[in-house]
Amino acid sequence: MNIIACVKRVPTTDAEVRFKADASGLETDSLPYMISFYDEIALEQAVLTKEALGGEVTALSLGPASGSKEIRECLAKGADKAVILTDDEWMSSDCRATAKRLAAAIGELDAQLVFMGRVATDRDNAAVGPMCATYLGWACVSGVIEMECGEDKGTAKVETENGIETVEFSLPAVITCNKGLNTPRYAGLKGIMAAKKKPLEEQAPAEADGQAVLSTVIAPPARPEGRIVGTGAEAIPALIDALRNEAQVL
Amino acid sequence: MTTLVVFVEHSGGNARRGSLEALGAAHAAGCDCIAVLAGADAAQAAQTLGGSGATKAVVLTGPAEHSADAVASAMAEVVGAQGADGFLAASTHHGQDLAARVAAHLDSVLFSDCTGLTSEGDSLSVQRSWLAGKAIAQLTSTAPAFCCTTRLNVFEVCEGEGSVEVSEHAISAEPKTRVVSIEAKGDSKLDVKEAPVVVSGGRGMKEAEHFSLIEDLAAAFGNAAVGASRAVVDTGWRPHSEQVGQTGKVVAPQLYVAVGISGAIQHLAGMRTSGTIVAINKDAEAPIFKVADYGIVGDALEIVPALAEAVRAVKAEG
Ligand SMILES: Cc1cc2nc3c(=O)[nH]c(=O)nc-3n(C[C@H](O)[C@H](O)[C@H](O)COP(=O)(O)OP(=O)(O)OC[C@H]3O[C@@H](n4cnc5c(N)ncnc54)[C@H](O)[C@@H]3O)c2cc1C
Repeated sequence: MNIIACVKRVPTTDAEVRFKADASGLETDSLPYMISFYDEIALEQAVLTKEALGGEVTALSLGPASGSKEIRECLAKGADKAVILTDDEWMSSDCRATAKRLAAAIGELDAQLVFMGRVATDRDNAAVGPMCATYLGWACVSGVIEMECGEDKGTAKVETENGIETVEFSLPAVITCNKGLNTPRYAGLKGIMAAKKKPLEEQAPAEADGQAVLSTVIAPPARPEGRIVGTGAEAIPALIDALRNEAQVL
Repeated sequence: MTTLVVFVEHSGGNARRGSLEALGAAHAAGCDCIAVLAGADAAQAAQTLGGSGATKAVVLTGPAEHSADAVASAMAEVVGAQGADGFLAASTHHGQDLAARVAAHLDSVLFSDCTGLTSEGDSLSVQRSWLAGKAIAQLTSTAPAFCCTTRLNVFEVCEGEGSVEVSEHAISAEPKTRVVSIEAKGDSKLDVKEAPVVVSGGRGMKEAEHFSLIEDLAAAFGNAAVGASRAVVDTGWRPHSEQVGQTGKVVAPQLYVAVGISGAIQHLAGMRTSGTIVAINKDAEAPIFKVADYGIVGDALEIVPALAEAVRAVKAEG
């Protein structure tokens, strides 16, 4: 089976963000990057599925050519090959443009199963998986925490506000992965060595044709200055008073 | 006037609060709303929407009610059939998933988990966070349909009077997925994203068993859910579903109580837009105090039970 794990290069979760003075974007020059947290889970699930069903895993990323270090890591963690759809403006590709361009690449790779992260931790849209599946006309299950998959169908569990739902899906399918689905492996030395020989191809993606128009991006407003109401259990009356009379939330 | 189709989730014949907030957001932005509902009891829930901001409701009918793909394509059809300008949902699990699919059917970009929705003339703009709240972006779209989801607990519910005109629309697409079972969680258990009060515990609780104190404090508030830091989720003390933060859930309750949580940047990202933040931590230098409105320095194991008792006393007074 041809399996794809879509991975995105994003700023690390502890990165300090700096803004362009005219609020037209983020200063991205000195940002440290990582593979988005949930995409690591997607990659692991792709590799686990290949180990169970056989086949080949392709790590697919829309991102800068300079992101090949992060994509090589995917090869070290078990992907057989990688394709970067090179776009230096990848972070501002809106979710529709990303979904469409990934869908086009997925079509060409002749895949049956695509894993993505539930959400990318930079733009927080949680949209590319289901959008991409819709463009492909495929089944999709979002936010999967447990799954089983065979050659032509599978079942997956997702956590919703109502409880845990079990969903049956037919292949081809896009599965977006949530925390808890698996524990991503580390790249061992053997994997790192092997990754050097695996193919990493760069391709030009389809044109972005974005629809989202950014007006401004700024730092969040600072929260009003708070205060320590006291120490130990003796401080509780002061806290209760503040919650009732100042904040009026009690 | 801009008309939006708004996905309304419901349980027990009543609309869920998040959906009412989505209707409220659209109404406050001057939009006309058409509610769309699916599933058992949808017709009953539709009747309760008078005054919520919706003037019409469309109930989806047909055997594929439990298939997200089939439901989404029906909802996109409703947008077309009603001549609406866009689609809106609350950013719950289903709201987010369906909105993405509907947006793709309409070949339109989606803005997720928005914290602001405003109109200028005929065009709508949203405010939403990037990098889990480290940046706030203001966006508009050139899409044929305007699609967005709203963060829970941010927008006001519309409390008006009125009636809704209810019609039906049949789901016709062949389903590719099917929900085969739902393991419902206890009625009393609120989801951490939906709850107006969240009491979260971190590694400072010392042992998994001590989370009974956190649960008891949540119970004292009555309308609270339990949250957790990643540190305690990763050690298996609490389920993943409770994790707050950049790689957990982003929450914005009226009141967020952080107990024994240091306030790492990834945790702050998930809760810094909460209404009021209370921190209880034995370390007066803990970063959580930088975002807290009120802090108590001290031992959580001593403070939390006493606080629960004090909250109960206040609640009992009424
Ligand atoms: C990629 C990535 C993603 C992440 N995503 C998240 C996320 O989504 N959510 C998240 O929460 N974290 C996340 N983290 C982890 C984060 O960096 C912190 O490690 C984590 O939040 C720490 O949890 P904590 O505050 O419970 O524990 P600690 O940092 O160990 O803090 C414990 C606190 O308890 C206090 N304490 C100890 N004993 C007591 C006592 N008796 N009474 C009162 N206070 C006491 C201490 O003073 C301390 O401040 C992420 C990290 C990475 C690298």
